[in-house]
Amino acid sequence: MRGVPVSALIGFFFTAAYFLGAIFAPLVAPYGLAEVVGDVWEPASRTHLLGTDSIGRDLLTRMIYGGRTTIFIATMATLLSFVTGSVLGFLAAVLGGWMDQVMSRLVDLLMSIPTLIFALVVLSVMPVTIPVLIVVMGLLDSTRVYRLARAVAVDINVMDFVEAARLRGEGRGWVIFREILPNALSPLVAEMGLRFIFAVLFVSTLSFLGLGVQPPAADWGGIVKENKDGIVYGIPAALVPAFAIATLAISVNLVADWVLNRTTSLKGGRGG
Amino acid sequence: MADPLLKVRDLKIEATAYPPGEPPQDITIVEGVSFALEKGRVLGLIGESGAGKSTIGLSAMAYGRGGVRITGGEVWVNGRDVLKLGTAGLRRLRGAEVSYVAQSAAAAFNPARKIMDQVIEATIIHGRASRQAAHARAVALFSKLSLPEPETFGDRYPHQVSGGQLQRAMTALALCPEPELVIFDEPTTALDVTTQIDVLAAIKDAIRDTGVAALYITHDLAVVAQVSDDIMVLQGGHQVEYGTAEQIINAPREDYTRALVSVRSIRHEEKQPGGDPVLEVSNVTARYKGTKFDVLHDVSVALDAGQTLAVVGESGSGKSTLARVITGLLPPAHGQIAFAGRRLSPDLAGRTRDDLREVQMIYQMADVAMNPRQTVGTIIGRPLQFYFGHRGAEKRRRVTELLEKIELGTGYIDRYPAELSGGQKQRVCIARALAAEPRMIICDEVTSALDPLVADGILKLLLDLQKIENVAYLFITHDLATVRAIADSIAVMYQGRVVRYGTKSQVLSPPFDDYTDLLLSSVPEMKLGWLEEVIAHRKMESAGH
Repeated sequence: MRGVPVSALIGFFFTAAYFLGAIFAPLVAPYGLAEVVGDVWEPASRTHLLGTDSIGRDLLTRMIYGGRTTIFIATMATLLSFVTGSVLGFLAAVLGGWMDQVMSRLVDLLMSIPTLIFALVVLSVMPVTIPVLIVVMGLLDSTRVYRLARAVAVDINVMDFVEAARLRGEGRGWVIFREILPNALSPLVAEMGLRFIFAVLFVSTLSFLGLGVQPPAADWGGIVKENKDGIVYGIPAALVPAFAIATLAISVNLVADWVLNRTTSLKGGRGG
Repeated sequence: MADPLLKVRDLKIEATAYPPGEPPQDITIVEGVSFALEKGRVLGLIGESGAGKSTIGLSAMAYGRGGVRITGGEVWVNGRDVLKLGTAGLRRLRGAEVSYVAQSAAAAFNPARKIMDQVIEATIIHGRASRQAAHARAVALFSKLSLPEPETFGDRYPHQVSGGQLQRAMTALALCPEPELVIFDEPTTALDVTTQIDVLAAIKDAIRDTGVAALYITHDLAVVAQVSDDIMVLQGGHQVEYGTAEQIINAPREDYTRALVSVRSIRHEEKQPGGDPVLEVSNVTARYKGTKFDVLHDVSVALDAGQTLAVVGESGSGKSTLARVITGLLPPAHGQIAFAGRRLSPDLAGRTRDDLREVQMIYQMADVAMNPRQTVGTIIGRPLQFYFGHRGAEKRRRVTELLEKIELGTGYIDRYPAELSGGQKQRVCIARALAAEPRMIICDEVTSALDPLVADGILKLLLDLQKIENVAYLFITHDLATVRAIADSIAVMYQGRVVRYGTKSQVLSPPFDDYTDLLLSSVPEMKLGWLEEVIAHRKMESAGH
């Protein structure tokens, strides 16, 4: 780990803390998820480090379990959007011609509808379960990844080394995964850090609106929703998830920045 | 000796390098360079890429490009040390007393503004002349530089004139404020030879008539010999030799200078035609999709086994398009291509794997012809695996053999392209082509991005490999010196047609057609006074007609 900049180390530390907290939630959390352990909106104390929520559950416990749901959904949705978006984007760039036109115009069509409204419509007719949430979020987000992947791949596709591979008789699979993908990884990784945070915000928004994770399961958007009335009385419970989202966003992007720097400088990158 | 216009003493220039995985470190780019330039004289700075010649040239304006810092020495212009000038002083100096002509005029002009506005801009900003006077001076310069319709030339936009004209317009831009020193940074490198000679003559006349002093930066010694009074040879940021042009060309003292002067001295005995033809291109006409303009008209050439056919022409003559047609990237509209007696499918998809294996390609820009994320071993090994199914240790052994063939150590097998020099990259590309055991290799301007000495090495290697492997080359180039060095037969292309075709001795001996004559006489020769001879000869001929 020598030579890793301080910013990346900080990012690593907090990202790891959030992810470990999420994975080992039942071991880390001091109380049960739906356990009522005190009065409504108790202030922070030795027994309840972040106080209690609107019906007297331990807020720290809710945050840890909520992080688990939020991070899990966001991660899976991001992965889904990257796999579908980049594979389709590369394919469009390599195929070109009318296939590219059809795919790109379809994506334009999807992007012309505001994502949140589209998601709300779909989720109001579908049963709201976690797999459905992941698929809806992942597919909607993949349109953004598609655009980026296609733009990057179109640039790489005209390079002489891709032409050399084509003249050798290589198939599309080799061209996409061995010639284009390694050179497109840097911008995609940078985008992934950003997209993950958008996914966290998106799932929180949906939960806040009541179409995301359903009670009694916790997630960060849901915690804001349950505690929002407290703000009027000066109870900060609703702000805790906001703080968590902010720190997670910053730390994930610190790591993404470092990965980006490393992959571009290592081996000289594309065109130096 | 009176105070010279420009005096540089013990110049030292540094930059900061950022090697991956290590802390940044300062590297010295130029060290211990001293010279003097008097009014009305021209000093040529010559060296390979990375020799620091542009950096030294720009130091006359006290300017360091992209993180480059002038850390030591003195640069005196008109009796002032410009390194000690403040921002205001430098602003008065640059563009007024000292001006600059960049390599690529096309990139240096703002495409959205008329040429005249850009040519007189610096003159007006510096208050060297009123708008009317600057305008008049620009028109006079246009006519001195033999630009067409000097009165209205400035009303055009940069995209409406040719590359050679734009380069001359840039010279007018630099001369318009009546500077005392002009820095020419490779002003003709990006031009075709037939255009280069006109620009060169125009620049030389303009320098003589205006009495301006000039620094002329180039990597081409034959070019610099035509315009300079003195020449400084640079290598790796150090001055190798500094003397009059005559002394450097006729009596070089240092080994490195001697190597530069005698570059392109490869001679190769022309092989007699005969043997089996590998490639026969018959009556090919081609156009790009969606255009109505034929890029190739009725082109027919043939190439015998183990021989070299050079396809020569200026940019836009269709020579690279011919390569695309042969490889199947651009199916021809008419005509056919036969390879070793069998007819090739016009498009790539219809060719068998063996068809593809037997025609390999080497590109001009080696750095974009290799995937930057693959090691040398992967790059060379892939054709071995793809065509012959070699894997593991067997593949590695073959790669090692190929690396030895291209005179690159076997230690390079795990390196990435970015860790290689330009010449080494081109060698790896040659090895990749050889790995397929082809019968023919298409070489598309393979040496034109390389320094002359490195290019010579590549040509020698190609010739040696031809003897061993009996591979035929289709050699596309605009450089006649290269053609003389390696070709067995030559096809001269002009505007999509083959205007002259035959063995090397046939094509290069008189009587010439007009275009071949123009092309041949435009190649700079390594002797003083060549430019004047050619220009005088051409004037006489046109007077005779």
